[in-house]
Amino acid sequence: MSFVSIRNLRVAFDGVQVLHGIDLDIGHGEAVGLVGESGCGKSVTWLAALGLLPGKAKIEGSVTIEGQELIGAPRTGIEAVRGARIAMIFQDPSSSLNPVHRVGRQICESLRLHRGLRGDTARTEAIRLLDMVGIPSARTRIDLYPHEFSGGQCQRVLIAMALAGEPDLLVADEPTTALDATIQAQILDLLSNLRRQTGMAMVFISHDLGAVSTVCDRAAVMYAGRIVEENDIGRLFVVPRHPYTRGLFDAIPELDAGRARLHPIPGTVPDPRQLPQGCAFSPRCTAASRFCKEHQPDLRAQPQGGLLACFHPDQVRAETKQEVFA
Amino acid sequence: MNAILQAKGLVQQYTTAKSFFGKASTVRAVDGVDLTAKQGEVLGIVGESGSGKSTLGRMLLGLETPFQGELRYLGQPMPAPHSPEWRKLRAQMQLIFQDPLAALDRRLTIAAQIAEPLEIHGLAADSELDRRVAGLIERVGLRPDQAGRYPHELSGGQRQRVVIARALASNPRFLVCDEPVSALDVSIQAQVVNLLRDLQEGEGLSMVFISHDLKVVRNICDRVAVMYLGRIVEEAPSDQIFSDPRHPYTQALVSSVPKAGTGLRGRIILQGEPPNPAARPSGCAFHPRCRIAAPACAAQVPALEYNDGRLAACLKLQPKLRPAA
Ligand SMILES: Nc1ncnc2c1ncn2[C@@H]1O[C@H](COP(=O)(O)OP(=O)(O)OP(=O)(O)O)[C@@H](O)[C@H]1O
Ligand SMILES: Nc1ncnc2c1ncn2[C@@H]1O[C@H](COP(=O)(O)OP(=O)(O)OP(=O)(O)O)[C@@H](O)[C@H]1O
Ligand code: SF4
Ligand SMILES: [Mg+2]
Ligand SMILES: [Mg+2]
Repeated sequence: MSFVSIRNLRVAFDGVQVLHGIDLDIGHGEAVGLVGESGCGKSVTWLAALGLLPGKAKIEGSVTIEGQELIGAPRTGIEAVRGARIAMIFQDPSSSLNPVHRVGRQICESLRLHRGLRGDTARTEAIRLLDMVGIPSARTRIDLYPHEFSGGQCQRVLIAMALAGEPDLLVADEPTTALDATIQAQILDLLSNLRRQTGMAMVFISHDLGAVSTVCDRAAVMYAGRIVEENDIGRLFVVPRHPYTRGLFDAIPELDAGRARLHPIPGTVPDPRQLPQGCAFSPRCTAASRFCKEHQPDLRAQPQGGLLACFHPDQVRAETKQEVFA
Repeated sequence: MNAILQAKGLVQQYTTAKSFFGKASTVRAVDGVDLTAKQGEVLGIVGESGSGKSTLGRMLLGLETPFQGELRYLGQPMPAPHSPEWRKLRAQMQLIFQDPLAALDRRLTIAAQIAEPLEIHGLAADSELDRRVAGLIERVGLRPDQAGRYPHELSGGQRQRVVIARALASNPRFLVCDEPVSALDVSIQAQVVNLLRDLQEGEGLSMVFISHDLKVVRNICDRVAVMYLGRIVEEAPSDQIFSDPRHPYTQALVSSVPKAGTGLRGRIILQGEPPNPAARPSGCAFHPRCRIAAPACAAQVPALEYNDGRLAACLKLQPKLRPAA
């Protein structure tokens, strides 16, 4: 059984539907990437799953942890499950560390909340966590304020706080986006080491396909509030099949390639208030037919593995052709 | 290729306001930079956040007076900011930066914003104005019907096109682009990168392209300078610098770019923290994080010089001075 199972998750804000039915499973200990352009619903998916969206959000569908339903459950129930089993590192840094409290105090608060640790026990554990995420001289720096740490170190402190509850799943929303390339590399390295040490599962949300490929086993590509393709990292990168996934890969220049011109995806991401009919990608898609503009492709399991929502996927092999309209 | 812009020994320093804890301190944001921008070339500037890239870019355009050093535009000394001579030059030199929304006036239509520099610099007669604006709108790949729109009615990529159209209005010869595509989604990034390349190739524009996205820099730049704490530590043609970086910092930077399918293998993970310009390490500023640093590296500042046909600032690359490891 998967650890977390998301089924037909839908979210609307003020009558505007932004998630249109997400299905996603996270296995025990698995690292799954969630990629896609700004506004496609990556963050909302997990904020909804964890009951962290504002009250005005209308949430439907199901999210279970080892069979236990989270959607619609009383808030206190969710808190208990979530805090103990799932931790999230948020994209918005301002909502994360409190500037007026010493970082040690903030980690200890987490330890008290999730593991009932207090006093010296909590402090010792906080130092161990800071050590584990690579803060030098943790013993003395535990009493510093957030502004006394660099951006990369603040990200490490946040990771330490997330680890305080010994979660089974860590959801990291763009954990490296704001950081320098060399610091990004350090944090990616840290995250994959921690996963190896603790065996926790991880959801890695990012618009950086390269970063996702370095730390994840599997990835899902989102477009306009839907998952359009999902596969093992290896296959997704070698044979991307959805025209949008392909388009993303083609749009990114290669470091070891020459200076060939880039291949942009024409047009722009649709406004959620005015989604096109049929496949939301059809106005930008070079493979689109009239059928695509009238019908919504479902996310379907593919015979060669992976999931795909497209009527005219990139042909990898001849045999992939017939299943398309099946 | 002729130089369009030459910088020698450029230094910029800022005095930070007294902080709550300590006293006012002086930050050398740019600490002795020699750089030549050649005509018709795209020169990339990369480096860690706070290494002085934007400060250097502003000085190259004469928007800030250097604390020290000299700057020549087409062989002539750069006039002082806001002097009449400088105003005349401004039309030829334009800046495009990261946030298109901040660069645009929310209350003006796209057409009005693009017309503005033409009017200010008296570059088009009233009768010609509409035609010139329409031409610029077409040149950056916007639709004619978008002329009457306001900035908030456009997407990020379209807004950046408006900024570029406005920069092009005065027929510049030299553009400084500071993180021009960082705020854009990848699919849109490629549209803007291609547009900049068209302009450069088609019209021989000279460009300085500042970015932390090494893949984009690789694609658009002819030559690249790598900065670390206010200094250039390596400079080379883009083909060489990414395939065969010489400076240990450049090596770490290039290797930090995630490559699909290789996982974390072969990456150089730097130890230590990003540098603080207010507390510059002695000797080679990179030595506390450098994998191959020797004791001499903490004592001696390496000059940017040729070794083995390559320009880099590292003691370990100098055969004569190579410190005993
Ligand atoms: N609190 C909110 N109120 C109203 N709309 C919201 C809210 N949060 C998100 N949205 C909308 O939901 C959609 C999905 O947003 P989401 O934050 O999940 O995107 P994302 O994929 O995480 O993008 P990014 O890469 O920019 O972080 C967007 O159209 C966004 O404007
Ligand atoms: N106007 C200013 N007053 C005081 N300090 C400044 C000013 N502008 C820049 N600095 C400081 O100078 C240093 C270099 O800044 P600069 O913006 O040039 O870096 P950068 O390389 O462009 O960084 P980034 O990649 O983050 O844009 C930084 O330490 C910065 O805090
Ligand atoms: S379903 Fe059609 S429009 Fe959508 S991505 Fe596939 S081919 Fe393109
Ligand atoms: Mg997000
Ligand atoms: Mg800058």
